[in-house]
Amino acid sequence: MFKHYLGKGVQYFMLILCGLIMVTPFIWMLSTSLKSQTAINKGSVGFIPIEFVNYYVHDGKKELCEIVMEKEDEGITVVNIYDEDGKTFRQSYVEAPSESITSSKRIKFNWNNYVEAFTRVPFGRYFLNTVFVSFCVLIGVLITSSLAAYAFARMQFKGRDFIFYLFISMMMVPQPIYLIPSYFLLTKLGWINTYQALIVPWIANIFSIFLLRQQFKTIPQDLFDAAVIDGCSQFEILWRIVIPVSKPILVTTAIFSLIGSWNSFMWPLVMTSSDHLRVLQVGLSYFAQEASSSTALLMSASTFSIAPLLILFLFAQKQIISSFVTSGLKG
Amino acid sequence: MKNKKNYFPFGYILPAFIIVLAFRLIPIILSFIISFFKWTIHGPEKFIGFENYIKLFQDAGFWQSLINTFYLVIFVVPITLILSLFFANLLNRTKKLSGLFRTTYFIPTVTSLVAISIVWKLIFSPQSGIMNHIIGFFGIHGLDWLSEPRGIFTLIFGAMGINIPKFLGGPSLALFAIIIVSIWRSLGYNTIIYLAGLQNIPEVYYEAAEIDGASKWKQFFKITVPLISPTTFYVLIMTTITTFQVFSQVYLMTGPPIGGPLGTTKVIVYYIFETGFGETQNLSYASAIALVLFIIILTLTMLQKRLEKKVQY
Repeated sequence: MFKHYLGKGVQYFMLILCGLIMVTPFIWMLSTSLKSQTAINKGSVGFIPIEFVNYYVHDGKKELCEIVMEKEDEGITVVNIYDEDGKTFRQSYVEAPSESITSSKRIKFNWNNYVEAFTRVPFGRYFLNTVFVSFCVLIGVLITSSLAAYAFARMQFKGRDFIFYLFISMMMVPQPIYLIPSYFLLTKLGWINTYQALIVPWIANIFSIFLLRQQFKTIPQDLFDAAVIDGCSQFEILWRIVIPVSKPILVTTAIFSLIGSWNSFMWPLVMTSSDHLRVLQVGLSYFAQEASSSTALLMSASTFSIAPLLILFLFAQKQIISSFVTSGLKG
Repeated sequence: MKNKKNYFPFGYILPAFIIVLAFRLIPIILSFIISFFKWTIHGPEKFIGFENYIKLFQDAGFWQSLINTFYLVIFVVPITLILSLFFANLLNRTKKLSGLFRTTYFIPTVTSLVAISIVWKLIFSPQSGIMNHIIGFFGIHGLDWLSEPRGIFTLIFGAMGINIPKFLGGPSLALFAIIIVSIWRSLGYNTIIYLAGLQNIPEVYYEAAEIDGASKWKQFFKITVPLISPTTFYVLIMTTITTFQVFSQVYLMTGPPIGGPLGTTKVIVYYIFETGFGETQNLSYASAIALVLFIIILTLTMLQKRLEKKVQY
């Protein structure tokens, strides 16, 4: 019995340890994004945004202050006095006895970092670009994949299997292989630095077609026969029967499409160079190069770029995880 | 009626077909053609045959990037495989909190590599990072993670006072940092995939083994490992393909100059990127490298598939 509990204990210890390793970078990112840059530069690496502040204690009052100069021989420290918020200036160059200056730690969340990151770089614009591109790609993928998957699953025509296997074989080709010729082709089309370059090549997704086809094949033939007798056209069958009964797999497709577009990096990095077309990931990568020393701002920007998808994930985590599993087992 | 049946289906495929043709098939074929030409952004200039491929063999930068990529794959793939199977096993035997664990493990999978890389770069930073504080507890001090070009084996043996030849040095500490991040990123997804595989193994096998008096270890090696092998091959192939294409981590974590220190983190996809879109803009040479990468990935995938057929139960 003791051995059993020991085993359970070790098991949970390992699982929790691994869980901590998985989330610690994110928590640390969030906490660093709330520190002041001065605190970071002074080597504050902890998880709680702590600042060292000085107080001038006199007449039973405790006032926040900043040390300007120390006159050691006179035992006097010159300070600027601030309001408790640390910003509003109250009095400057107050000569205070050194012993009345106390230093203490306090927790302070510098939400201002987020505001500053947004004023340094137009992340709002990048965010809207990403949302726009992701949305267009999502709609495109759902339409083209449903149509193609329906034909592959339910229609008889010459060359069907050949085209299907041609598609499947291209699914395995890694992006770096077609990136260079795509860049050349898009240049010829005059699409470099346009939204088309970010959207059009991605509105057909072979993997989605594959997933949907597998699903459409499982729909019982009786349903189709009944629909044909009722005089439904092929398109009506797809729209009124196939789509409604395939909602879960369509949601899976949508999730993959959204995650893929949101996190896509190399493609938009190569295909766009102008600032107003940058998507979030590209904007973030430029910001990382330009502001590499402003770590607090960098962490704010990273948090901001992760947050939407993370929130979506936390709300729909069961659905998302099972989507990854089903697609993994089918693929 | 018959005519209608034969004519219309293609209309359904057409939208997807046009896109796939224009942005997949043609580029893939073109990539092959470009690599045999002197090709600029304006188009082909002249046919050069195998010149690019001959150049590859003498290009030290290419070989270095290939070796770096192999280091990455050799470390990331087996470690991910073992760790994810291990944690999937633990999760499989856990009822309480198992949903919470699954969610936490999965978070890195859905977050962007760009943000992840930026965060980990700071984590590894000797001045403001947390990594050196953590390993400080274990008595290791002052590692200059992302700017340390010496190999990890050189460092380990060096600490023991043994000098080893340079070619046995292993991946640089900087590349090792990227290895850590890549494992961390792929662990959750593979654990969940393994977990699904484990849940498909019928409980009766274990019950029978229990009755026969087989130990837990024996059950693991005689039941779990063989029956999970289809999942193992899936994980193996997917992780290998993904690891060969690591780019964002190198692009965002290392440098300046990117790929440093001393080019020890320059992986092949970054090398393609640099050749094709950097200062030289040598599209045709970059295409040749990309094709070599493709052939390597294809060969490895086929080898793994063949191995899978041999060990099927």
